[in-house]
Amino acid sequence: MELTGSKILMESLKKEGVKVIFGYPGGTVIPIFDSLYDEKSIELIHVRHEQGAAHAADGYSRATGDVGVCLATSGPGATNLVTGIATAYMDSVPMVAITGQVPTTMIGSDAFQEADITGITRPITKHNFLVKDVRDLAATIKKAFHIARTGRPGPVLIDIPKDVQTAKTNFVYPESIDMRTYKPKVKVHLGQIKKAIAMIEESQRPIIYFGGGVILGNAAKELTEFVKKSGIPVTATLTGLGGYPADYTDPQYLGMLGMHGTVFANLSISHSDLIIAIGSRFDDRVTGKLTEFAPNAKIIHIDIDPTSISKNVVVDIPIVGDVKEVLSELNKIIKPAKIVQWMEQVAEWKKKNPLGYQKAENIIKPQDVIEQLSKITKGDVIISTEVGQNQMWAAQFYEYKKPRTLLTSGGLGTMGYGLPAAIGAQAAYRDKTVIDIAGDGSIQMNIQELGTAISHDLKVKVLILNNSYLGMVRQWQELFYNRRYSGVLLEKHKHNESKGEYYPDFVKVAEAYGCWGKRITKPSDIPGALKEMIDYDGPAILDIVIEKEENVLPMVPAGASLTQMIGGMA
Amino acid sequence: MANLIEPHKSTLSVQVENHFGVLARIAGLFSARGFNISSLSVAETEDPSVSIMTIVVDGDEQIVDQVKKQLNKLIEVIKVRDLTEQDYVSRELSLIKVAVDSNKRREIIEIADIFKGRVVDISHENVTIEVTGSSEKIDAIIRLLAGYGIKELARTGKVALIRG
Repeated sequence: MELTGSKILMESLKKEGVKVIFGYPGGTVIPIFDSLYDEKSIELIHVRHEQGAAHAADGYSRATGDVGVCLATSGPGATNLVTGIATAYMDSVPMVAITGQVPTTMIGSDAFQEADITGITRPITKHNFLVKDVRDLAATIKKAFHIARTGRPGPVLIDIPKDVQTAKTNFVYPESIDMRTYKPKVKVHLGQIKKAIAMIEESQRPIIYFGGGVILGNAAKELTEFVKKSGIPVTATLTGLGGYPADYTDPQYLGMLGMHGTVFANLSISHSDLIIAIGSRFDDRVTGKLTEFAPNAKIIHIDIDPTSISKNVVVDIPIVGDVKEVLSELNKIIKPAKIVQWMEQVAEWKKKNPLGYQKAENIIKPQDVIEQLSKITKGDVIISTEVGQNQMWAAQFYEYKKPRTLLTSGGLGTMGYGLPAAIGAQAAYRDKTVIDIAGDGSIQMNIQELGTAISHDLKVKVLILNNSYLGMVRQWQELFYNRRYSGVLLEKHKHNESKGEYYPDFVKVAEAYGCWGKRITKPSDIPGALKEMIDYDGPAILDIVIEKEENVLPMVPAGASLTQMIGGMA
Repeated sequence: MANLIEPHKSTLSVQVENHFGVLARIAGLFSARGFNISSLSVAETEDPSVSIMTIVVDGDEQIVDQVKKQLNKLIEVIKVRDLTEQDYVSRELSLIKVAVDSNKRREIIEIADIFKGRVVDISHENVTIEVTGSSEKIDAIIRLLAGYGIKELARTGKVALIRG
């Protein structure tokens, strides 16, 4: 059957099970949008900015585990995707980005809206393609999805010139794909499993440190079994949260580690003699000063990506493989660890240095808001975050019970991620409650996506922790730059100190977009307002005016060791 | 913790898909991750769909190990072999243009002979010599000819194959 390139794209996407595309039109993708017009089984979510499309596809993917798809035109449309693609790349999120390109005959001529997007995205995609011949299109799409979702997942970009979209060829979708250069499937090395078990049995002070690989590899069940069977304490990275049911009263659960991790998680890993790293990559926000990181610990590292192993720290037993498979093998033979003394020590650290904050009577504390949200929703909603203090409080004080319930930009740390990511998740699960925990700075980076939420009836909730500062930078300036608050105040700049004026008026912004909006300033208003926001049948903004100079604690200063924490130590 | 060994040069033979953009991907990988290439040569093999890149990398064992893993991770890389760990032959080729008048010409040609080099161009002011061999041999002749005044120098990267 002869089809045009844009029809071939539709048929191929359907073969890959794509149900939703987040896109923005433009000159070089009009043929694709024209084909989408007839598609009953693919929903087009038309965003307000291409960055929103990329983050929404990312949020869709993190929430569902499927490949997220975004679509933009050539030139500025494509370059606007870049931040979203880099965000997905750093957190290994499977995504396919489709861009239009100027016609093949014009490539390289500095044509209108031409950008070398395969060149630009080469270091931030797992792979990318420029399709110069319509006969290659179907096989390229097949490869793109295969590469995006297998091995260590990641974003793949397909650049399709306009003349390729309109050219016709016989459509045959390949049933399977075999690439001589890409064999992501690795068989678990059972010898390494045995060595790991022996090392675990020998250790006196083991700790499990897991990351986003557990979520991406759908291995939360296997991880929980491993933790329960072994009895070893467990700590998570930011992107790992939800991979093991969070409950600070669980003696084995230590919460998040690292720069804003709990005191007990950081002390435990620092004093451990064995780290079992699972789907995590020893990021600098996790390890602190590398040369002083867990000085007495041996390391077992389970990861699907060999480049992650011995990249930042030297590993004693590497196990390359799918975390789900490796954990299943370990679970067959793991025995309860004999670590009574160690668990007593961990319990003592936990008791002495609980996660906490100074309560106040007249002003709202952000931690209080998140704790109450956690209690009300019981981990049964999807949370997305922006980046900065809001993100860290959301990580510390919300107890994530299930995988894929926290969508957050961990590696790249992209402000403006939370709202479009929430929209992506909501497009996948229309009946679930999806809440973006935001700051008043970050939310403004993609606030235009409220328009997308309204026009597609995506009932996302935005909870703004409003301190009229770019809070995390302000915190660093307070602690390390002598309170010189340069470029962080979000009020009128005629004064340097905050006067308690709030710009913009988020309630009015919400109303301007046709959303529900409310502002609260008193602690007693929190429970009622949270409930009102959640129960509202449509997109909603709850603007919560919080303590202006509240800090995220504990904190390991950049470049310090994990044992040198500010705040939170007994 | 890091078990660092003296920096050294490793020779990698990398089979890649002969697609446009592959060289950019590999060069981009080295620059993005701060790896040092001391030489690189690329050409098609007997199979026109495959190219071989011979890359000489500067760095300790941990860095070279990471380079190999990162290269393997690139979708268009077929195979990475570290020749340093094996018995292999390697050659470089150099063209050296030496400034010389008729008095010294004989000496230059004698030096070229000793290194099994050839005179490929000659004029009143210059002699151009072609020499092939190991990197050390090329270094040696360059040192000798430098005394006469090298006007221009072109040198290929190393190409290499495993013996046997």
